[in-house]
Amino acid sequence: MVTLTEAQRKARRSRSLAIGIALGVLVIVFYVATIAKFGPAILDRAM
Amino acid sequence: MALVENGGYEDGRFRVSEATARDFVALLKPRVMSLVVFTAFVGLLAAPVTPNPLIAVIAILSIAVGAGASGALNMWYDADIDAVMSRTAGRPVPAGKIQPGEALIFGLVLSGLSVMTLGVLVNWLAASLLAFTIFFYAVVYTMWLKRSTPQNIVIGGAAGAFPPMIGWAAATGSVGLESVILFLIIFLWTPPHFWALALFKREDYARAGIPMMPNVVGAASTRRQIFAYTLVVAPVAVLPWALGFTTAFYGVTSVLLGAGFVYYAWKVFVMNDGDRVMRPAKAMFAYSLLYLFAIFAAYLGDAVYERAAGLAGI
Repeated sequence: MVTLTEAQRKARRSRSLAIGIALGVLVIVFYVATIAKFGPAILDRAM
Repeated sequence: MALVENGGYEDGRFRVSEATARDFVALLKPRVMSLVVFTAFVGLLAAPVTPNPLIAVIAILSIAVGAGASGALNMWYDADIDAVMSRTAGRPVPAGKIQPGEALIFGLVLSGLSVMTLGVLVNWLAASLLAFTIFFYAVVYTMWLKRSTPQNIVIGGAAGAFPPMIGWAAATGSVGLESVILFLIIFLWTPPHFWALALFKREDYARAGIPMMPNVVGAASTRRQIFAYTLVVAPVAVLPWALGFTTAFYGVTSVLLGAGFVYYAWKVFVMNDGDRVMRPAKAMFAYSLLYLFAIFAAYLGDAVYERAAGLAGI
């Protein structure tokens, strides 16, 4: 069992937050780019 | 689990990282990245084709991440020499905040991600140029030229010169003469910029064993070469106007800025051999940064004006 020091815990939280933000930005980028490239029609789906 | 069973943490073979997100951001060389973003943005906006604003933002973001990735790869490979230079000793890898392997993986992942994003969402010519730029900076410059020849930053300067061309390619899907001139401006500006720095950081580079020009051929020859390159880059920066790509605003601005650049280079050229403080070299270095920024800002201003005038039907 590894017990993290306060500095290690803080650093891990900071890295996790940055990874989360980066992944969120990536999702938004690809979502927005898909709409921008293909137009709003891509959201129309045949029912 | 295997690490724990083997007692890897206890016997000190593995360590828990204390690197923060800020340390990883430092790996991206944010100051270099800001210049890359700016010049790429100018290339993108000066292009005759107006890209979708969202696609333009994504292109700039990808170029920025790609530039950062090459910075991380550079810091991974150069950690040994960074540790002995005062200017770079505080970088995350030599400072022990980030392990070399972490920097390598970080750089490789961001390289792949930036090139793929630019290719899939913008176009593959821009993505190929970005991939080549990363390869050129990380492999050709960092791993090969930097430690082997005083021409390191002359040839390696191409890596820093590509961003406006990538920006142009992102907008148009091609490489135009204008973007080649923008490339040439940065390419020819790089030697006088870095050699001015190398003059007053000579001992630092010598300690690290990097064959920068002043350490190999001496200060006098370097000062001559700085002056010669400046005499070339100043008129090349006026070419966009001379060839009719810009208005007189850019032409006059580039002539004045170029005259200033030549003046500072002249002060370096006539600098005394025994000058230890090297104020002219420091002033040249500072002015060179202002020069490049101002040239591209003037080009950007010109492109925005021409675009606005075109829209207004002037």
